[in-house]
Amino acid sequence: MDLSIFLIQTMNGVQYGLLLFLIASGLTLIFGIMHIINLAHGALYMIGAYLAWWLTSQVGNLFLAIVLALPVTVAIGIVIERFLIQTLYKRDHLDQVLLTFGLILVFDSLQSMTWGNDVHSVPMPEILSGSIALTDTLQYPVYRLFVSVVCALIALSMYLVIQRTRLGMIIRAGASNREMVQGLGLNIRNIYTLVFAAGTALTAFAGMIAAPISSVYPGMGSQILIICFVVVVIGGVGSIKGAFLGALLVGLTATWGQILVPEFSGVVVYALMAAVLLWKPRGLFA
Amino acid sequence: MRSLPTPIRALLLTLTVLAALFPLYGPLVAGDAYDFYLQKVTGILILCILAVSLDLLVGVTGMVSVAHAAFLGIAGYTLALYAPEYEAANILTALPVSLAAAALASLVIGLLIIRTGGIFFIMATIAFSQMIYYLFHDADFAGGSDGIYIMVRPALIVGDTEILTFDNPHTLFYVTLGSLVGIYLLLRAMLRAPFGRVLAGIKENENRVQALGYNPVVYKLAAFVIAGTLAGYAGFLTASQYGYMNPAQLSWTLSAHALIMVIMGGLGTLFGPILGAFALEGLHYVFASWTSHWELLLGLVAIGIVLLLPGGIAGLLLRLCARSAKAAAPDTGEPAGTPAPPRPVLARTPTTTATGGGALKMAANKEKS
Repeated sequence: MDLSIFLIQTMNGVQYGLLLFLIASGLTLIFGIMHIINLAHGALYMIGAYLAWWLTSQVGNLFLAIVLALPVTVAIGIVIERFLIQTLYKRDHLDQVLLTFGLILVFDSLQSMTWGNDVHSVPMPEILSGSIALTDTLQYPVYRLFVSVVCALIALSMYLVIQRTRLGMIIRAGASNREMVQGLGLNIRNIYTLVFAAGTALTAFAGMIAAPISSVYPGMGSQILIICFVVVVIGGVGSIKGAFLGALLVGLTATWGQILVPEFSGVVVYALMAAVLLWKPRGLFA
Repeated sequence: MRSLPTPIRALLLTLTVLAALFPLYGPLVAGDAYDFYLQKVTGILILCILAVSLDLLVGVTGMVSVAHAAFLGIAGYTLALYAPEYEAANILTALPVSLAAAALASLVIGLLIIRTGGIFFIMATIAFSQMIYYLFHDADFAGGSDGIYIMVRPALIVGDTEILTFDNPHTLFYVTLGSLVGIYLLLRAMLRAPFGRVLAGIKENENRVQALGYNPVVYKLAAFVIAGTLAGYAGFLTASQYGYMNPAQLSWTLSAHALIMVIMGGLGTLFGPILGAFALEGLHYVFASWTSHWELLLGLVAIGIVLLLPGGIAGLLLRLCARSAKAAAPDTGEPAGTPAPPRPVLARTPTTTATGGGALKMAANKEKS
């Protein structure tokens, strides 16, 4: 195989991995801090993508669409947490699975009722639609680089917020001992709402910026959800560091798999997961 | 497992008799649509087998598997691949082969994930389920995304005589009904035996079970393989009924539907999931006849169950029985025959604490480094 193709696939893999991290970090944060398994996480990714497509077609610009759509997804997150997830904190995982699976069905139907079942594509923003010449014959699209940079910046700022700010300290404290945090006079319910809304916004944002690269279609949520489960299982449940490395590993494996073993490209990431489970049954960083 | 209150026994017996007599009164009630309803009821009975076997994992042992349909699919595909193209597969050989495939798959996946628990187990089962989905989805020998056909339905052939054939819908109906009753009674007996008590103990507190000298991993793996094999039996019947297998039949969404049946019916009661399967499929059928957006209504039902009906249908029935038994004998307090409230249903302990704290552990590690 050509070295330059390998390089391009590696860059694609890193970009895919960084995007996966945005989604998986929300999933793992919500579990790590609130002890909630949210199957509807992927559905919110899909809602983000559909909002980006629909608003872009209305206002003509993806960035403006994202600015308009983000508050909507935050509001969706707050409503879901306040009215549904809050009843689940004292229930077991099974009720969480059932309720959030019900949410998937609801979101999927709402999507098909509102926007239909066609596959859509979102035009790239004009200024980012060019390519950079890597060699004389090979080019790499600017938009993919842009996605990688944005995702990396968000990952970095998440790390800084959680590790270096007072809010991050409270979140970490809430993860380890919720009663103690309440005893110190902090309202843990608001923190849970904040974390859930932030997780929702992260995954929806991932859906929005990914929309010009991958098309927008029904069922895209479940597909990405399961890949993110693989990421979380590989990285270790509740670990942000694990989610980051797991996402990059899965992103690279998936893109390399497509060129090395195209006939089994659907299965390679799961084979990776099985191998990790054999070696470390609780994930790499649990 | 406690014996059931008399009214519930009577209800289950009545329902079984009603089901068994369906071919007698069905044509009178349904008229021309009888063939359709016979097929529908057979399909639901097959799903009952899937749900009851899932209850052994989820309700009894406390292992929330979202991979159960994968074993149904593997056994169904095995039958489709094993069956000769233009003649009936002999059940005598095809059934053991299909069951062995499901058992082997559940053993392999079980070995990989059995040591994990809680949320990790849920995610890993979904992921493995999807892996199996893609294996069959991408496999040319299994028809890829189009699926695979079984031209001639299996038959039971001893020597040269054909004893029964699944080509006859009534034969398939009675075999399925008989199998469901048999599997239900078998699982009930199993739960009364020491093996079942250990499983129930694992759900309550795995560490104490270990302290008593049992190895929980072995028991959990055994439960996983038994349940997977029974799901495989449901898969054998599914493939026999529809004469067709496609990747959707091993998707995690079918597993999630089976979970809804179990929870809607009543966790850990074994008879509950049977009621749940009929209730969910009934609702599904009614909703689909109303609107093409039946998934929305089904989703709302799933959310409603969590919020409004903890313990499911069986929990409700058991509570009603307990109340009427108390009302009948108010002075004697707790007579011997009074059914106790269904503990496994009501006393759901949150399992989150065992696996929680991951985020902080991560945070602490980061600060150290």
